Order: sequence, then structure tokens, then C-alpha cells
Amino acid sequence: MKIAISTNAPQLDAQFNPRFGRCAYFIIVDTDTRQWEAYPNPAANAGGGAGPQAVQFISSHGAQAIVSGGFGPNAYGALQAAGIQMYTTSGGTAASIVDDFVAGKLNIVTQSTNAGHHGGGRW
Amino acid sequence: MRDITAAVDGRARSRMIITVASGKGGTGKTTVASSLALAVNSSPVAFLDCDVEAPNAHIFLRPNFEAQEEVGLLIPQVDENLCDGCGVCAEVCQYHAIVVLAGKTLVFPELCHGCGSCTLNCPQSAISEIPDILGTLEGGLAAGGIKFSRGVLNIGEPMAVPVIRELKKWQSVGDDEVVIRDAPPGTSCPVVEAIRGSDFVLLVTEPTPFGLHDLRLAYELVSELKLPAGVIVNRDGIGDTRVDDFCRDAGLPILMRIPLERRFAESLARGANLVEAFPEYLPRFQELYRRIQSLVEGSQSSVIQPATESAGGDR
Repeated sequence: MKIAISTNAPQLDAQFNPRFGRCAYFIIVDTDTRQWEAYPNPAANAGGGAGPQAVQFISSHGAQAIVSGGFGPNAYGALQAAGIQMYTTSGGTAASIVDDFVAGKLNIVTQSTNAGHHGGGRW
Repeated sequence: MRDITAAVDGRARSRMIITVASGKGGTGKTTVASSLALAVNSSPVAFLDCDVEAPNAHIFLRPNFEAQEEVGLLIPQVDENLCDGCGVCAEVCQYHAIVVLAGKTLVFPELCHGCGSCTLNCPQSAISEIPDILGTLEGGLAAGGIKFSRGVLNIGEPMAVPVIRELKKWQSVGDDEVVIRDAPPGTSCPVVEAIRGSDFVLLVTEPTPFGLHDLRLAYELVSELKLPAGVIVNRDGIGDTRVDDFCRDAGLPILMRIPLERRFAESLARGANLVEAFPEYLPRFQELYRRIQSLVEGSQSSVIQPATESAGGDR
């Protein structure tokens, strides 16, 4: 299964970044093969709509799950539509989060975790 | 916008759009704007309350609202039977208001700026446009025969710009009219929209570090828009002299000082306008208007490029 993790840097030992739409990098790891790839988040500096743009990005890279600190209403709606499972964690490195994911230690998200930053609210 | 014939005749053009802005909130924009509106007696006056998130100029000008109109944007609606999920709409949308996920096209109405790019570019013609109501325009005659109008953004709507843009277009402006626009606080998109197309920007500040900080930002904004501006120092006597220093260095004329006095606060709290409660301020605001007129006339000879009204991409 391919999972995306929001991070500060493009390495496996990079610190987790809790901001989904505006994190610096997404590290996408295949939990079966442990193959991974890091991508700069194209939405990091978006004027608005960072959530939907980030969802589109990780979706196009085949992510089936995302681990981040929280998901606003726009991001939540888009992730749901894309069929991407949402998880939250409080910290760690990308590598430790992959282990936590495999061990089933992460929190699964079933509703938007926070209010919108801009242009959110009707979801 | 500029009346060539008047310039050729050598007559002063009387139609003028003055926007009262501030940067910092609570400096006295509405107090100044409504007083200025009541002081102009040489021309018919139109007043536009552009602070659509919290309009309050009606308290001081007491309009009798007669006209009302809902305004909004045209946002995309996707026909799922025609959409093949090609993603062109998502590529052309600058605001990420439309995305294609797992072959399904999703619209985020609050992010949409209503530009119409997705509709125009859809290869399948699967997108049509539907109105999304954001707020209401209201208008009527106010104190002193002022043609008053305001925009009211619906609760929970994040985007003020389309409402301000429609408010500016709503009432026709006569050739001899003076238009006073009361801008929202800050220096973000709604303020830019309120200021766009003005002949003069009146920046209301207070002589405090906060007042100065935001005056600087507001000054940068009017400089970017290449508009002549002047400053009103409200609550004069508090704080320090740094606002004066800044204005002198920037070449910003200080056009009026209003001292901090308890009686002003008391009358404003009762909803009484400054020039009505304290008639000695009427000639001062009349003089302010004359100075703005002469500053605008002076800037017309030096500024070649007139500020143009544009639809703009920000909302």
C-alpha cells in the first residue's frame, strides 16, 4: 500500500510536518516494498486552495493513504472523493511513521479535524 | 473615466471618487468618510460602504433603504454524464477550486473566483455556470440627500471582493457626482478592490506604533496603485511623532488632525456624526474636500497613466 507522509525535508529521517496542505514535502512510501520517493509539495505556497491541490498531487502519485497532523474541510472532502484514507499522528520521522502505520498505531480520521483556513466551511 | 472636454475647457472636473482607507482597523475611517460626505455641498454625493464584512456607515448617515439586489458569482456545475475526467479544468484553475480525483470532478465553491476558465476550456462542454449568491447590495437616500449604498456579505462567506466589485458598478454615477467610498480595514484584496478606480485615497491613521505600522502598508498599497493620497491623523495627541516623521519622509500630506477627545467618543457612541454633533468641524471637512480637489488636479498633470478600473483576478 502506498502512503503519503507530510514532512519538512526530502529524506526518510525527515521530521514530520503536521500541516497537510502546506507541508514542504510529501514522502510516498510503498509499505510492502519499502520503496519511497520524496516530492516537493506544489501547494506549499499556494495563494489559496492548498488542500485540494495537495490532494490532487498525492492522488496523481498513487497514494492510498495520507498521514498528517490534521485535515481541513476542503482537504477532507477532496481526500474522501479521491478514496485516500486519512491518518493523524503527533510527530516522528517519516521512517518511524511508516513503522507506526504498519503496526496499526496511527489514528484513523473519519471527519474534518479543523475548520477551514480560507474558503472552507460548507463541507 | 477622465473627462477630456472639461480639461480642454479649463474647468475643474467635478466628478471625483475618494476612497477612505486605513490599514489599521478602528482608526476612524467611517467617521471621516461620513463627515466628508456631509460636508461636500458643491456636488451631489454618493456614498459606498465597501466594508461588506461589517458595514456600519448607515449608523451615521441613516439611509432609507429602498433598493435591494442579491449578488454573487457564476460558479461551475459539472455534468457527470458528459465529463470524462480529463482534468483540463483543474489545470486551468488558478485557485484550485476544481479538481479531478479518481476520475471525478469536484468543485469547491468558496475557492472559486468565477473566472469561467474551466467552463471555457472543457473539451466535453460538460461545465455550465450557476449563480452562487454571496451577498446583498442595498441602497437609498441618506442624511443630506446622499445617495447611499452598501454591500452586505452573507454570514460565513469568505470572499468579499465580488460583492465590492458589484457595489461599485451598481449605481450609475453622474458626471458631476462626488463618490465617497468607505473601505474595509487592512490592505488585502477587498481593500484593493475598494480603492481601485479612485481618484484619491484618504488614509486615516492614529499616532501609535500600530497606526504607523499599518499606515506604512497602506501607503505601499496606494503607491503600487499609483494614486494620490493624503493622511488624516485621528486621536491626535496620543502616541508619538513617528507618524508625522513617516509622512514627511514619504511626501504624504497630513490633511487634518482630529484630537482625542471624550466628547467625540461619546457622540459617536450615540451614532451622531462628527460634523452634525460638532458643527465647527463642518468647515474643516469642507476645507479638506477643497484640498483633495486641488491635490487631484495637481496629480493629473504629473501622473500620465490614469488608474484604470479592472475586473481583477482577486476576490
